[in-house]
This record gives sequence, C-alpha cells and structure tokens, in this order.
Amino acid sequence: MTLVFVESADDELSRQALTLAQSLGGDVRAVTVDGAYAPAGWAAAIVEAAGSDDIVGPGSDRGNEVLAHVSAQLDLPFAANVSEVRGDELTRIRWGGTLLEEARLHGDRKLLTAAPFAFAPADAGDVTLLEPSPGNGVQVVDHVAPDTGGKVSLADAKVVVSGGRGVGSAEGFAILEELAALLDAAVGCSRVVTSAGWRPHSDQVGQTGTKVSPDLYIACGISGATQHIAGCKGAKALLAINADKEATIFAHADYAVIGDLHEIVPAITAELRKAKNP
Amino acid sequence: MRILCCVKRVPITGGRMVLTADAQAIETKHLGFTISPHEECGVEEAVRIVESGGGEVVVLTLGPEEAAEQIRDCMAIGADRGIHLVSSEEWDAQATASAIAEAIRGEEPFDLIVFGNESADAGGYQVGIRVAYALGLPVVTGLKGLTVEGGRARCEQEVPGGRDVYDVPLPAVVTVKEGLNLPRYPSVPAKLRAKAKPLEARAVERPASKLEKLRLVVPEGSRKQAEVLGEGPAAAARVVEVMQQLGVA
Repeated sequence: MTLVFVESADDELSRQALTLAQSLGGDVRAVTVDGAYAPAGWAAAIVEAAGSDDIVGPGSDRGNEVLAHVSAQLDLPFAANVSEVRGDELTRIRWGGTLLEEARLHGDRKLLTAAPFAFAPADAGDVTLLEPSPGNGVQVVDHVAPDTGGKVSLADAKVVVSGGRGVGSAEGFAILEELAALLDAAVGCSRVVTSAGWRPHSDQVGQTGTKVSPDLYIACGISGATQHIAGCKGAKALLAINADKEATIFAHADYAVIGDLHEIVPAITAELRKAKNP
Repeated sequence: MRILCCVKRVPITGGRMVLTADAQAIETKHLGFTISPHEECGVEEAVRIVESGGGEVVVLTLGPEEAAEQIRDCMAIGADRGIHLVSSEEWDAQATASAIAEAIRGEEPFDLIVFGNESADAGGYQVGIRVAYALGLPVVTGLKGLTVEGGRARCEQEVPGGRDVYDVPLPAVVTVKEGLNLPRYPSVPAKLRAKAKPLEARAVERPASKLEKLRLVVPEGSRKQAEVLGEGPAAAARVVEVMQQLGVA
C-alpha cells in the first residue's frame, strides 16, 4: 500500500507522483492536508495516516520539503526526485536532471518524491483531506506576491528570450527585451548574468533559478553549462544563437543560428515586424 | 549572533558530464571546485548579519581533505572560523545530517544554522531538515528573504506566485536559495587574511549508507542534432518561419 501526498487533485507534479506510486504495485491512496501550510504539522498528519505504508510525494519544493520532514520524523531514508523504481533499487536525478544516480534504498519502507516530468500524470480520484497535527508551531503566517508589472512570468511564458555572457552587458539586454515584447515572451538569463549583476536573480533560468517549459526557448549567447540546461531542458523547442559553433548549447538545441547575437536578434525583430505588418 | 553555515564541495561541471571509469563520480581531473550556489548566498547572508550586528560566522563542511579550499573561500568572504569533518567517501543524507548534528552539539550553541536548500550535486533536499530534528530546532526552507531581529527570524520562502512568510524563534535552522542576495567577490587582502583564520579538521568514519549509490549514469538522448537555420542576420527570415510553424509568432 502506498500513501501519496498531493498538493491538490489537479496539481501536475502531484498527478505524476500518483503514477510513480502506482508503479510500486498495490493500492494507492491520495491525501492532502487542510489549513495553513505547516511543514512539520503536515508531515505528522501524513505519517499518522500512512501507518506502515510507503509514502510518495511530488518532486516540487513543497513535496520534497514535506517528505524530508516525514523522513526525519520516521528516521528513515528518503530518495528525492526518483524517475524509476525496480524493487529495492531506483533511479533518481542529480545535478538538476543532467545526471542520473542508480541507488539501493535499504529498509522495508519507501519514502520517495517523483522527479518532475519523469512520469505521465494519473487521475487523482478521491483525495482524503487530513487535519494537520499541531507539529512544532512553524507555519505560514503571511504571503507576499511580487509586482510583475503586468508582464508574463518566466515560469508561465510560452516563449522565453534568454541571454548569457555573450550579451556582454546589462544594456545589451535591450535587444532581447524588444524581441520578447513582440512575442509576448519573458526575458531570462544564465547564472553568469545574474552573478555579474546585469539582471535580477528572478530572471535566472537554471538549476538554482527558475525551471521553464515554454513552447520555444531562445538562448542568445549562452554557452550551455549543465547549470543552465537543468533549467531549460523542459522547453518543447530550443533555438540557440551563438557565435561559437562549437558551443555546448547546440548539442541541446533543435534549431541553431551561428553568428553575433547583437546583429541577429535585431534582424529577427525586424523580420517579425514585417511578418506582422506586411 | 553566532551563525553556522554548512557547505559542500562540488565540481564546476561546465558543459558536459563525464564520469570516472567506475561510474562512481564525475571525472574532475580538468575541473575546478566550488560550493553549491545556494550555499554561497547562505554564507554571504550570515556575514552580512554579523557585519551589522556583531558575532561570529563558522563554516562547517563534511568532505575530503581538499574541501579545506572551500572553507578558505568562505573565510575570504568573511567567515571567521572553520570546522572540517574529513572523509574522502560520499555520505548519504541521513549519515551526513547525523555527523553534522553531532559536531554542532560539541560547539557553543548557534543562534542560526544555515544550509543550502539542496546540494548542487546529490540534491537530496533533506540534510538541513534532518539536522533541525536532531537538534530539536524549528526549520524553514527555500528562503529568498531573511530578517533577523529581536530573537526571531522572518523568513520568506519562495513558492509559485510569490513568497510565503514564516516567523520563527531563534535558535533555528534555515535553508536558503540563490537570489537571497548577490554574494560579493572576495578581495585579494581578504583571501590572504582567510589563510590565517582558524580551521579545525576532524576525521570522521562513514556509517553504512541507507540510500546507497550504486552508479552514476549520463542520461541517454540528452544530445541533439540541431537544424542550422543559417549564419548571421540573414538567418532571420528562416527563424521567423520556424516561429510561425511552432505557433508562437
């Protein structure tokens, strides 16, 4: 038997976790917890509801946090971001998914989260609502939302125009902004750019930034370090624009344009304007 | 304030993952090393808190002899002292947390214990939380904002569409994310001063792993053959055609 913690019945990553749970064999029960988010209290409620069952959660920040609390409360091993289970062996992702680890989980009980987009989503069916346990009193007391100025967010954008070291300066992003505005796209960047202070960290796409899954990701002057690929490999199509035809980014790209982005990006913008207003 | 920052030595992986012949590790012959980006922000935050209110920043790592380099790097951005639990083996998250909790118990109490939200390499998402339970402390993860005042910490946790806010009493454990601040580059004099700061090394024995790494695998199909749309600005027309085919323009 497996208990699955779902963030909600229609949450994509939670529905993927249900598929992982089904792959373990046996019955699967979905639960979520009522009230303000309180990690320790939610975990305690899940531990109590699970009895001696395996416990699975989504590979989201919250899923990993709740399962880590569960594992600490039970003093059992916990494998985060698992992409496959074979008996007591499993595969999990490392380095934001750019490397895999095959591991053996010792003990009779499995505590797992499902690596994002490693499983097809399943139907949650009936989700049991648990009352949170008192826990340790640590809970969410407020929520603040950033002012996005009406712009599409990086995580939700259908197109992302992203720049790396090759953009050269903070001012260099003006041509990316212009192209993005035409495509109703968000502007992203690599870690080099945020470390240099050219763009805020909220624009960073990568293992330690935002993970995006747009229909088209346009990587301008980005070399293609694994740190960056971990954030953009969910894109349905990737167009790389780079002056170095040996750049690693081309090994992850569906489409390539070779040359100076400072000439190519404005040319694309002009061509798009022509196409829109013939 | 006495603040402990826990960090992990990891390779700077660059563009391609290449494994050692036994598939137990990344081939690092030609690579440099660093700490996880989240942890860099953790150390920077701790140094800023102590710079403005006084106190001490201690850096702790569990890692091979060479990980002393990463402790010195943290000292160069302002940490005062280091504790190095020396082991050349890779530890699972449970054993790592036990060793860290044990080391913390032997120290004067800390007001704040700072981890990265998850390590860059193993990405287990749990060491900080396990240490908090071992020490009986509250823990908040994934911080993008932190204010310490009057014996309490206001913690802003990144969530989809904004930040959830927590208010916890100190002492507490927090795990932080990159973006919490923009870490400074160490100056040359700071790097020189770092060499003279106290660093205590203790050998530790790894217990049996409960999540036992068997081997690493580079994912299949991660390399593509890109369709070249052209060179230079002349490629723009083809780019727009592709955008139209994809339904985004």
